[in-house]
Amino acid sequence: MQKDVETTKEKEMSRDTLTGSRIRERRVMQGMRQAELAKEVGISASYLNLIEHNRRRIGGKLLVNIAQVLNVETSLLSKGAEAALIASLREAAAITEMGHQELQQIDEFAGRFPGWAALVEQQYHRLESLERTAVTLADRLTHDPHLAASVHEMLTMVTAIRSTAGILAETKELEPEWRNRFQRNLNEDSQRLADSSQQLVAYLDGAADAAADLTLPREEVDTFLTSHKFRFQTLDQATPDAVRKFVAVQSELTTAAARDLAKQALLQIASDSRAMPESEVRTFVLETGIDPVAVARFFGTPLSSAIRRLAILSDVSLPVPMGLVMCDGSGTLMLRKQVEGFPLPRFSAACPKWPLFQALSHPMRPISQLVTVTGRDSRRFRCFAVAEPVGALELNVDPLYHSYMLIVPIERGGDSREVGSTCRICSSQNCEGRREPSLLAEGN
Amino acid sequence: MGKSVLLIEDEPNIIEAISFILSRDGWSVSTHSNGHDAVDVVLRNVPDLLILDVMLPGKSGYDILRDLREADTTSNLPVLMLTARGQLKDREMAERVGASRFMTKPFSNAEVLEAVRELVSS
Repeated sequence: MQKDVETTKEKEMSRDTLTGSRIRERRVMQGMRQAELAKEVGISASYLNLIEHNRRRIGGKLLVNIAQVLNVETSLLSKGAEAALIASLREAAAITEMGHQELQQIDEFAGRFPGWAALVEQQYHRLESLERTAVTLADRLTHDPHLAASVHEMLTMVTAIRSTAGILAETKELEPEWRNRFQRNLNEDSQRLADSSQQLVAYLDGAADAAADLTLPREEVDTFLTSHKFRFQTLDQATPDAVRKFVAVQSELTTAAARDLAKQALLQIASDSRAMPESEVRTFVLETGIDPVAVARFFGTPLSSAIRRLAILSDVSLPVPMGLVMCDGSGTLMLRKQVEGFPLPRFSAACPKWPLFQALSHPMRPISQLVTVTGRDSRRFRCFAVAEPVGALELNVDPLYHSYMLIVPIERGGDSREVGSTCRICSSQNCEGRREPSLLAEGN
Repeated sequence: MGKSVLLIEDEPNIIEAISFILSRDGWSVSTHSNGHDAVDVVLRNVPDLLILDVMLPGKSGYDILRDLREADTTSNLPVLMLTARGQLKDREMAERVGASRFMTKPFSNAEVLEAVRELVSS
């Protein structure tokens, strides 16, 4: 930590010593000669030359005067580019194999060429945005079976209509029996096309807002829980009937299936909440650290309950926001609470290297594993996972399992396993678990 | 009797329209509408040309054509593949399994007729 502070100070000092470079940059941008500026502020051109090459420190009234002549804020000359700009440039540099020497010159680059630096920053953020859009669209087109089936159905109808209309229009001597038949087909197909179009429009309605194009009850529940940040304190003591009435009036839940799933989720959240009161969990975590196994032991709950409770409380009551994901025995993701840096796919199958799936191989055996998420951020997390049986155990019947994983961001740690989100957006080159090529592989 | 064309497609009105225009052009047209037993149907009575949809119930057009290319009697059969998917990867897949030509829906009657004539004459 001490070293980090020193490094930051060094960088700030480095920025301060570049005041001359910024003056020179601004002067050149305005087409002003060195002698001209020197004369305006009452110093010699040779002295200004030393200042502009950062060989003389400058401050006080002289700096204010120069800023006035150059018509810029004094701080722009003395402090240079904003820290955010420097940070963005560092991020942009991180995705390329930029040499150490160039990296050392980021501050100077931003200070001397603020316009170009801002452009690099803008392009970097644009690239990020386009990548996210590409990932979203690829995810949707590739893995949305309803959309693919609808488009196929419509193209088939259009083909039939085009072909039939062509016959009616181009066949000079068409027997009445055939004409009637094709006219009937045309009518049928146009009706089917109209129906398919309406269904597709309804499906795509609101597609501009990716969060709104709901397709499955489970997705509606995801959106509902996320919009409430998974917190429903007023329902902690509610009866099942009160919960049912609550979900009945929620606009995000448009189907009976979604409302039923939401009711189950809320009852589980309420049960966890009663077993592990917020203030007690907070006190325990602040004293002992983030350890769901210890939380479960302390409160006498299943580990899955402690994992859910920690994730839900993390955004407001705990030191760090945490992610949560749950799947069934088939690996289908059924509950997602996103955490920055560890994207949880919406349609695609997830990375098979997640501890979530390892836990399914060893039911009831908790796993704690450090992971690094592939990508330009390479964030690190500690994941806790466990698979627990669903429902009551029965004699001679293999139980079904649900696996839960708590995703805890960490700053540093020992060896970690590299994991991705889903193959389509994972840049890992030599992964034995890869199912399909990455959209991002070439770019990274 | 004209040369024979077998059309394997599951959409009834497309079957009727293509059958009509080919018949009017002098072809002897037979049809089939599922993928499950399509290979047997082709092998039982090999046509001069096969028009094959990709998305069929029971078995995909790609799988059907792959099987046909392994049989002696159909290894060189001219095959026109029809699909609603026109992406490059679909064309590449059609080429890999041995399609003589690939046509994306929606197509015109003239395009179908032209393709059929060219494939059989070549």
